[in-house]
Amino acid sequence: MSTCNHCDGLSRSRFLHRAAAEAGRGLPAIEPGMPLPAGTGLSRRSFLSHGAGALLAVYGASKLGLSALEEGIAAAAAGPAQPVLVSVFLEGGADALSVLSPQGDPLYRKLRPHLALSGGTVFAEDDRLRWHPAAAALATLHAEQKVTVMPAVGYTNADQSHFTSRHYWEVGATSTALRTGWLGRYLDRVGSMDNPLQGLSLDDALAPALATGKVPVASVDGPDQYDFYSNRVWGEVEQRMLAAIGGLGAPQTDPALQAVGSAAAQVDRLRTQLLPFQGQDGKPAYTSPVAYPKSDDAFPRRLAGLAAMLSAGLPLRCVSLSAPGEYDTHSDQAPALASGLQLTSDSLLAFQRDLEARGLADRVLVHVWSEFGRRAQENGSGGTDHGAAGVGFLLGTRAKGTMVGEFPGLKTGLDEDGNLKATSDFRGVYAGLLEQWLGTDAAAVLPDAASFARPTLIR
Amino acid sequence: MPVSGVAAFEGSFDAAHAERLLWRAGFGPRKGEAEALARLGLDGAVHALTFPDREKLVGPAPKDDKGRPLAPYDAWGHDHAWWLDRMVRTSRPLVERMTLVWHDWFATSNSSVGSQRLMLKQNQLFRDRALGGFSDLLLEVTKDPAMLLWLNGSDNSKWSPNENYAREMLELFALGAGHGYTEADVRQNARALTGFRNDWKQGAGNVNFRYDPGAHDTGTKTIFGKHGAFTWKDSVRLAVGNPSHASFFVRKLWSYFIPTPPDAATQRALERMYTGNDHRIKPVVTAILKHPALYDGSRMVKPPAVFNAGLLRRIGRPIDTTAWTWLGQMAGQQLFYPPNVAGWDDSRWLDTATWRGRWWIATYVLRPYALDPGTATQPFDAQALVDGALAFWNKPQLGNATHAALLAFAQNALGDAAKTSWKRKQYAVMTQNALRHLIAVSPELQTA
Repeated sequence: MSTCNHCDGLSRSRFLHRAAAEAGRGLPAIEPGMPLPAGTGLSRRSFLSHGAGALLAVYGASKLGLSALEEGIAAAAAGPAQPVLVSVFLEGGADALSVLSPQGDPLYRKLRPHLALSGGTVFAEDDRLRWHPAAAALATLHAEQKVTVMPAVGYTNADQSHFTSRHYWEVGATSTALRTGWLGRYLDRVGSMDNPLQGLSLDDALAPALATGKVPVASVDGPDQYDFYSNRVWGEVEQRMLAAIGGLGAPQTDPALQAVGSAAAQVDRLRTQLLPFQGQDGKPAYTSPVAYPKSDDAFPRRLAGLAAMLSAGLPLRCVSLSAPGEYDTHSDQAPALASGLQLTSDSLLAFQRDLEARGLADRVLVHVWSEFGRRAQENGSGGTDHGAAGVGFLLGTRAKGTMVGEFPGLKTGLDEDGNLKATSDFRGVYAGLLEQWLGTDAAAVLPDAASFARPTLIR
Repeated sequence: MPVSGVAAFEGSFDAAHAERLLWRAGFGPRKGEAEALARLGLDGAVHALTFPDREKLVGPAPKDDKGRPLAPYDAWGHDHAWWLDRMVRTSRPLVERMTLVWHDWFATSNSSVGSQRLMLKQNQLFRDRALGGFSDLLLEVTKDPAMLLWLNGSDNSKWSPNENYAREMLELFALGAGHGYTEADVRQNARALTGFRNDWKQGAGNVNFRYDPGAHDTGTKTIFGKHGAFTWKDSVRLAVGNPSHASFFVRKLWSYFIPTPPDAATQRALERMYTGNDHRIKPVVTAILKHPALYDGSRMVKPPAVFNAGLLRRIGRPIDTTAWTWLGQMAGQQLFYPPNVAGWDDSRWLDTATWRGRWWIATYVLRPYALDPGTATQPFDAQALVDGALAFWNKPQLGNATHAALLAFAQNALGDAAKTSWKRKQYAVMTQNALRHLIAVSPELQTA
């Protein structure tokens, strides 16, 4: 599997640097010390209005004024701090039997003659299992009781299509008809009509799990990378022009016009919310208290930006990211899985330490999931084909830290297709997260919620 | 109602209809093109698209940022720019648009193929067979080197089956998820598809793609309830012959051209047309392009590549930068890098990240045309500035809401200049630059 992620990353960082530099020509110099990081003695409310106000002042803020929207965001930010759920998706179907390899199961080496792993830290809750060496960072957090492990999570009669199974996980039901995400429906229930940051994809595009029916949500590469530039337009005219983006979002009867207009309206709100994070010369306008892994992949940078946004008091509730790496490992599984898992785990450890350093750890829970696991029997290409139950994690100081479900064993724990049977249901996990972490009634969000047992997820 | 049982648009076919046709079946009009097409009438216009003359590439050859020819096999990003150039310069827009349809339908990503040469070879396959027979197309795709790498077709042998291609062929290419096949069919189909191989050579990469009968599982397979010593050709024949295929094909093909699904009678008539014409693609596309729903129905969001190519065609600018590649990525569509084997999600092109990508595409499209506020002159009149910006884009039709937003912006911007004379001069020019940009990202120009 040869990829050009390297040159891709280089080219992208070159672009970002250039874009930021060009944008910088038209933007005001952000005042020294802006935005003010947490711990400067400013309240959240004053942070926000000071941030927006200071920037607008450069161009005659008195005429533009603070929109009602900014007031709404400020009000949301000034309200009680909400619990935050961060969803991290391992796209492609991560191999549970490698992330936590059952080296103590006598059948493991028979099923995996070439791919069986050796070594790695023993998983303290079930000594048949060992952590993948690339996931050592997760083992570290588990030893601190900050990881809840789901060794075989899924649903019965697992669909082995990436797209169908992923859709089930995204909508929170084994239904192909639902068009809103499970987190989107939660936000529709508790969210506000004027705060797109409440559901945020740190990604190239919106995560379907966040798709809402009515309230706005957003996607952004990183909080410091949401700039707009136009050729030979600057100063007051540029501010007027950027303010006019929202004007392109008037309600329309044609659904396609409405889709573009509604995106423009959300762009307008998000741009205003993220103004204080716009850095200069490709450098973000925030600093992190810990070091994140160095990588061409955006994942560690996005997590660092997320911690900074939380620290600044922005009103986030549900955040979604895609983990780096290739998890659909039909061939040459060993190196592909190890490199993705390493960067994912190391970045998540850095994020946890960042939250701890900023005093935010008790407010944030990370949920790591994949659409399915992989076939127990390896294939002939040094890889594995699609399977059923997979592995999942909850990370955070408030995670219960004890296993949900169990590892079912390879002798009796495989279904008729040779795939791992689920010992916990993802809908039960969602119901538990909604009730125990997000404090809402799962029955209002998940179809048929009453039929799923709730594991204890939170301490 | 014509004999085929599929309705055709019967209104007067004017330039606005022709423009919509050029967006759905191509990459939008060059200056004057919609008017010329309208003069042919609906049948003539669709015929011109479905039976085009030999391809002529109109305009200067593509260049990179330093004025050098593109190196699409070798240089990062030149593949995207190379194809965008074909979209901009082609005289056969429907063939090029169908090439994009097949790229999405048989979505293959260079992220794991790792060879721009093989990706462009596959791209040529799609272009050559854009409007031919689907069986032929699926046969060619099944043995295409990029596809063999992407879905492990050349890893699939009698000694070690790999069911990746076998599954996606049924689920995504021919039948639809869960329609007309079982998990057992997937596994048996994988056995039928065994036999393709290739070698890996240090320095040369994946080479020597071939069919090796010795690697093929010659045993009896059971696929869709039929028994036989099936081969890869049988696999394609069985999939295309599966009773679920025609409905899948029609529904999926229709969705690229018309945003709302066909009614049941139209769906059935198109299926009959397809199976009665030996699974040829062109008759079905022709019927869809003439259907009233294309002209009377709601608009569609342009895919980012179509949006980008369309702005360049409208403005008459050749490819002179490879910035389009990372801009396409920002907007959610880097050609040759679909997000996964299901292709791009055409129902979710727009969100706050991809809308910004389209903004930046417009920034780069307009860069050479930006007026210098220090030297240029523009009228100090909001309405005149809006009219001038519309003329720059060949007078697109904008709705009242957009028009009002543009005018309000221009009035506000000129109002800031008050009575300061240098501001009055420069703000008018900057407002003209800004209006052109706002029009390019307006709901009207992002849809058709």
